[in-house]
Amino acid sequence: MADSKTETKTLGESLRQQGVSRRGFLKFCTTTASMMALPPAMVPAIAEALEKARRPSVIWLSFQECTGCTESLTRAHAPTIENLIFDHISLDYHHTLQAAAGEGAEAAREAAMHENFGKYIVVVDGSIPLKDPGFSTIAGISNLDMLKETVAGAAAVIAVGSCAAFGGLPHASPNPTGAVSVSEIIKDKPVVNVSGCPPIPTVISGVLAHFLTFGGLPELDDLGRPKVFYGQSIHDRCYRRPFYDKGLFAETFDDEGARKGWCLYRMGCKGPMTYNACATTKWNQGTSWPVESGHGCLGCSEPDFWDGGGFYNAISIPDGDIARNIGLGAVAGVAVGAAAGMLNRNAKADAVAKHEAVTVDDLEKTS
Amino acid sequence: MSSPIDFLLWVKGPAFDIALAVFVIGIVVRLLEIVLLGRKQDLAEPKGEEFGPGLRTIVTRTLPEAGSFKQSPFTVIGGYIWHIGFLICLLFFVPHIELLHSVLGIKWPGLSNHIVDAVAVVTMATLVAMLIDRITHSVKRFLSGPEDYLVWLAAFLPIMTGYLAYHRVLVPYPLVLGIHILSIEFLMVLFPFTKLMHTFTFPLARWYNGAMAGRRGVQS
Repeated sequence: MADSKTETKTLGESLRQQGVSRRGFLKFCTTTASMMALPPAMVPAIAEALEKARRPSVIWLSFQECTGCTESLTRAHAPTIENLIFDHISLDYHHTLQAAAGEGAEAAREAAMHENFGKYIVVVDGSIPLKDPGFSTIAGISNLDMLKETVAGAAAVIAVGSCAAFGGLPHASPNPTGAVSVSEIIKDKPVVNVSGCPPIPTVISGVLAHFLTFGGLPELDDLGRPKVFYGQSIHDRCYRRPFYDKGLFAETFDDEGARKGWCLYRMGCKGPMTYNACATTKWNQGTSWPVESGHGCLGCSEPDFWDGGGFYNAISIPDGDIARNIGLGAVAGVAVGAAAGMLNRNAKADAVAKHEAVTVDDLEKTS
Repeated sequence: MSSPIDFLLWVKGPAFDIALAVFVIGIVVRLLEIVLLGRKQDLAEPKGEEFGPGLRTIVTRTLPEAGSFKQSPFTVIGGYIWHIGFLICLLFFVPHIELLHSVLGIKWPGLSNHIVDAVAVVTMATLVAMLIDRITHSVKRFLSGPEDYLVWLAAFLPIMTGYLAYHRVLVPYPLVLGIHILSIEFLMVLFPFTKLMHTFTFPLARWYNGAMAGRRGVQS
């Protein structure tokens, strides 16, 4: 999807050609450094590395997904430097975005793999069905085969979105397609999970910037996600947190508490168990994010969030019908207790019946 | 149980149902056993009321008594602090109110988390101090059996794991929340079979003591 001229350009040249000033570029580098929790001293190093970075070849594989991740990453309202970075990467295969189809498209993928063997990045969105390879195929190739074949020569794999990272919606119970995440299949290559449904575009560009700057992947948490973006919970960074601590909660979506912007915990907000950068990075160029717009967090960047109880149930509440179970338990308890009581009374009556009165004479006789 | 969220769902789902069944059935059975056993008929002519003194004794025996306070003030004060602290954490922490609301259909205002947090720390410190006292005090150690230590653990774990969950000391959060709920299930399962039953039997015992004294016309 790129002409051969730009192939040799550095990122700096490419950005300048597109009208990005040096000041704008450095601002982006500073933002990236602060996002990745790097000291300000690293900004020149980032700028220098990005300036000189060559276009990395990126192969984007879409499996069992809804294209929401691609939408999130490409439908920004205004062009940003993040977009330009995306423009700068050589996106050699992305069957939603590319003009070519069928054998031509597959030929582009194979050519990119061949030319950049060992150096290209594979981005995956969507989960991989293991139950039947026929559930999801591209050009007659099963998702599993395509993933294994493409990743064989990759430098790294970025699993974009909760489907690729953890199985996502296709993996939700009862998981009819036997969907699994990328990391359940790929064990011999570095895999970065950029979870979210969809993930924040800035996080993707941050991971790419890190790769371009340092030639490696950022530090990951135990779920394989970059710690800089997924290191803190929504709850800990939420601007509504003071209301939680004060015990001020919205009870419905249109009560006084909701209008005053109180905490949404009681309406099922999954902020306390969700690790993502929404509360700080926000969405749509920092316009807003779900909690700011008045809806609790769904926990979309966590594994199995579809199966984590109802979206509108507070997370502290057990799933069963507790009131009914207590009622059933009490009925059963009364039945068992009554039976035990009868047995005890019988034993008592029996003991009374068997009781023999002993007189002083009796005692004297036996002694 | 492949992930922390699976663990949390198991703890909140089947495990909670089992613990709740043991808790409710066990308590109802034990209370019924006590009540149905009855008392030997008292043929003596009553010299006073049963009802009033019975109720009064439930209250008076709940208040500190001068004699025992003088003898072991630490046990009395520590006992009050941790019982009240435990109840504050249980009944006035907002996520707990939310749970009780889903069961009972009623809710009440919660306390600020900072207050509950401080109360939890005081409660844990008191429980630890009382355990040390129990171990170091020769008479208390002599009187303590394995059940006493088990019950101490069952009371301590929910507060400790709740504190860890609130402060997110262990990650991921679903794991620590799951452990917290599991510790309460442990408490619930032990409840009917241990001294923890006093939570439900103390009014009966105190009422009976007062009623018996009232019937005989003596001060309860």
